[in-house]
Amino acid sequence: MVGADTDSENSFKDRQIELAHGAGGKASRRLVEGLILPRLANPILNRLSDSAIIDFSGKPLAFTTDSFVVKPLEFPGGNIGSLAVNGTVNDLAVSGSRPVALLATLILEAGTSTAVVAQALDAMAEASAKAGVPVVGGDTKVVEHGMADGMYITTSGIGEPVSGVFLEGKSVCSGDKIILSGPVGDHGITVLLARGELDIEADLQSDSRSVWPFVEALLNTCGSDVRWMRDPTRGGVATSLNELAEDSGRDIVIEDRLIPVRDTVRGACEVLGLDVLHVANEGQFLAVVAAEAADKALAAIRRIRGGEEAVIIGAVGDVSAEARSSGGSGSSKESNRSKQSRQSEGSGASKESKYRGGRLTAITPYGSSRIVDMLVGDQLPRIC
Amino acid sequence: MKFVDEFRDPELIKKTAEEIKSLVGDDHYRIMEVCGGHTHAIYRFGLEQLLPEGIELIHGPGCPVCILPMDRVDEGLAIAAAPEGDAILTVYGDMMRVPGYEGSPLEMKAKGLDIRMVYSPLDALKIAQSNPNNSVVFFAIGFETTAPATALTVMKAKEMEVDNFSVFVNHVTVIPPMRAVLDDPEMEIDGFVGPGHVATVIGAGAYEEIARDYKKPVIVSGFEPLDILQSLLLLIKQLKAGESRVENQYERVVPWQANPVAEKVLSTVFELRKEFEWRGLGSIAASAVRLTEEYSDFDAEVKYADLLERHRIEREERFSEGAACQSRKRHDDAPCGQVLKGLMKPHQCALFGKECTPERPVGALMVSSEGSCAAYFNYAKRS
Repeated sequence: MVGADTDSENSFKDRQIELAHGAGGKASRRLVEGLILPRLANPILNRLSDSAIIDFSGKPLAFTTDSFVVKPLEFPGGNIGSLAVNGTVNDLAVSGSRPVALLATLILEAGTSTAVVAQALDAMAEASAKAGVPVVGGDTKVVEHGMADGMYITTSGIGEPVSGVFLEGKSVCSGDKIILSGPVGDHGITVLLARGELDIEADLQSDSRSVWPFVEALLNTCGSDVRWMRDPTRGGVATSLNELAEDSGRDIVIEDRLIPVRDTVRGACEVLGLDVLHVANEGQFLAVVAAEAADKALAAIRRIRGGEEAVIIGAVGDVSAEARSSGGSGSSKESNRSKQSRQSEGSGASKESKYRGGRLTAITPYGSSRIVDMLVGDQLPRIC
Repeated sequence: MKFVDEFRDPELIKKTAEEIKSLVGDDHYRIMEVCGGHTHAIYRFGLEQLLPEGIELIHGPGCPVCILPMDRVDEGLAIAAAPEGDAILTVYGDMMRVPGYEGSPLEMKAKGLDIRMVYSPLDALKIAQSNPNNSVVFFAIGFETTAPATALTVMKAKEMEVDNFSVFVNHVTVIPPMRAVLDDPEMEIDGFVGPGHVATVIGAGAYEEIARDYKKPVIVSGFEPLDILQSLLLLIKQLKAGESRVENQYERVVPWQANPVAEKVLSTVFELRKEFEWRGLGSIAASAVRLTEEYSDFDAEVKYADLLERHRIEREERFSEGAACQSRKRHDDAPCGQVLKGLMKPHQCALFGKECTPERPVGALMVSSEGSCAAYFNYAKRS
């Protein structure tokens, strides 16, 4: 390791790449912050947002990319093609940008049936038409049989940031409300069951869809009162909100009883021992909105078809004790989140806590509470 | 959701917690929940916060991966790395991140060993049938709860003559470690929340010897918040009255008598080992099983006897000095046993949350969601 070792707190010490590094949770975060960021660092990348906002001849432009390696290629409610379109569209949407155009790269495995590829492309076309975002270019590569499990797809997209909207973890305030656009866990559980490894049958489909219509309505109604958004894909709601807690240095509190979960998903999670807050979604988003605008925001989302189940699940709390004791946010170099170090207390978790600004807590229906951590390890590999 | 929501009724839960509080008063009770499933539920639902200070919960040795000696993990991995190159090791998901001295199944899988996660031993048998040129080994762990599934699979393998299938048996029994805990003069346990799922096999009545020999009450409990609180209430009532009986709170699932079918299957396929090493508790007599002579063709410890013998000799040599020895010492020095016995709380361990996290566990208590350290790390307030 050259160069990267200098920042010993942040460097990537894992000896090899494991599936967990792709699971969207803690290990993914380490990979990005410890291996990639030190080498490619620049002011835009360092923000680690869902889309990069670049200055394009004086105008801001949102730019993002996402790869899809889902197994199986098809599942109820979608396939790798629709997922690839919606995933990138959503990354643009939750960074407050109107999706404009996509590029698609197909990596095809020799021996894959043409029908399978056609089906993925048809789904891409349909999702792209529905979202109103054309695929304007791309690339194809073919690799040997046995190398790519049928096919992988990468999509990149550009978008136009909505003016007057600045979304950042650091801008959330105490008392801000957290809105969730609908029931969680549908995608992850659907894909898991579609693998057929468990003898569980359920009437369930992926929630894969563009969230832009809801985001557009929200931004039109509330504008700069919207402070932060994220689509809780891999690692689920728990991971997204933990990232918010870290980036903002604030404690985040949600209530278990407020989180919408379909009975089938809840049942599957109970049987499999999964926390639904860690399960992936592909058609939902989280938004933090100023308290006074929350009702208006909720109404705006609910008015759009498919947004009826949006709810407020919790609120942003005070600056966490840890963030306060380490001087709070605002250190200049690289990502602030890694700088917020918790003082090591007797009970402490000092090494772990360097990733920890605030904490995510869930209030149980019984009045007790529990810490909700990021996803650790790999819950369900290759979910998107 | 039926059979779940009734046992998570917020009002009933608050009421039961209040009842426990007023009953306990100023007294202090050390209560062990033996089963890791209970430990997990206690943290997941934040139940400890609902209890009075006078109830100290000790998290017992009922998490199968937590008590598995690291040598056994290494031995399983040695089989996966058998020089013939044809082995497929199948494990439960819980096992994937359990550290041996030389790595975890997950790390070894990333390095290229063929290690696959299965949900049931029958899945492992299916893998054997569809890969006739490979030797498929199932890494069996668990108490009496999972042992019948392993036993049935072995019987099926014999019946269907799937001779490329074998089992590395690490099944343990629940009563001997409870006795070991009680025999330890340091422990001072007032009563037990008894494992519920195990009791579906061995019957609630199996715990009578604990109540009789040690004069300690045992309440066989379900796993929902209300189950656990109700069990604690029953336990405190007995303790207040100076009683020591076995009570079955989990009657909707657990019978008093052992499950005769499961018992028959177990006694057909398994026999007791003379002793078995428990991580943190040491060697406990008659606390684990292995396959009987009749099923020895399916016993990975017989099939790979030479390999395992070589592995053990090499291990002794390798660990006698140098870096490997240091690494082993680091693990062996970890006070997991103290935590497992309830003599130390997870967060009192110097490694907790620092060197040892669910991502990079030093000890197995940090791996399984049922391990007290992982449960504590994942759910408990850490300040």
